[in-house]
Amino acid sequence: MVFEQREFDDAEQLERYKTLTYELRCLVCQNQNLADSDADLAADLRREVYRMIREGKSNEDVVDFMVARYGDFVLYRPPLKAKTVALWTAPFVLGIGGVILLLVQLRRRPAAPMATSLSDEEQTRLDALLGKNDS
Amino acid sequence: MSRYLLPLGIFIALVLLLGVALRLNPRLVPSPLVGKPVPEFSLELLRAPAQTLSRGDLTGKVSLLNAWATWCVECRREHPLLVDIAKAGKVPVYGLNYKDQRPDALEWLRRLGDPYVASGFDADGRVGIDLGVYGLPETFLVDADGMIVHKHIGPIDRQIWETEFVPIIERLQGGSG
Repeated sequence: MVFEQREFDDAEQLERYKTLTYELRCLVCQNQNLADSDADLAADLRREVYRMIREGKSNEDVVDFMVARYGDFVLYRPPLKAKTVALWTAPFVLGIGGVILLLVQLRRRPAAPMATSLSDEEQTRLDALLGKNDS
Repeated sequence: MSRYLLPLGIFIALVLLLGVALRLNPRLVPSPLVGKPVPEFSLELLRAPAQTLSRGDLTGKVSLLNAWATWCVECRREHPLLVDIAKAGKVPVYGLNYKDQRPDALEWLRRLGDPYVASGFDADGRVGIDLGVYGLPETFLVDADGMIVHKHIGPIDRQIWETEFVPIIERLQGGSG
């Protein structure tokens, strides 16, 4: 976490600042959000978020501002679009598919196996193995 | 035998997918600004603080806008090519001196040559944000209407220049006569 002195009118603004910097991605260190990143650009973007919140802009305004400049990439929660349908649905499709596959496999497997009797030849071999050839 | 085909097929598909994805550069974030007009801006000139560089300076002809800074190592590598491009005189090159110190930037231009018709001095990086700059150097190709036609992130080398920029520039300049 990087801390900068910020002053807000109320707790709600502070919460929004926290949420936004938490959910916007830093473009320089790509696996960090704005709140965590030490990068110069992240500091500048935090400053922009702060400025916009103080100016009374809504969360959507701030997000739109970032997306207009850096694309959907800045969002840790990508929007559901034609391009991202696979991204959003794949986990569910794969999960449900996996469960179905598992059920099918379990069903196919006989529940109580080996209820059959041995053939004569097998019985002879079994007897032989158990050392019953004398009797 | 055939029961192994499905898992094998899935495995191969996964390997191909991951193989392709490994080759992509995650640092290259496609800019949403390509195809959009250059945002309005006004910056004091690096060389002459009393004068400004603004969106209007970029319109009326095909031009390049190159974001650079003296603290950017790759910019230094790219610089000689920019000087050559400026010398060739086909496209004017404008500079966006991003989050830099004025004396350093002036010294850089004095030592390495100044390819820029003019460089805007973006001390706090505010215009850089409007242009979606996130990793220097970045070069925007702007058409006569002030639209961003192409953006290259990272240093341009001769090959990138010939393959990415020149064809677009020739098409744009050919179209306007």
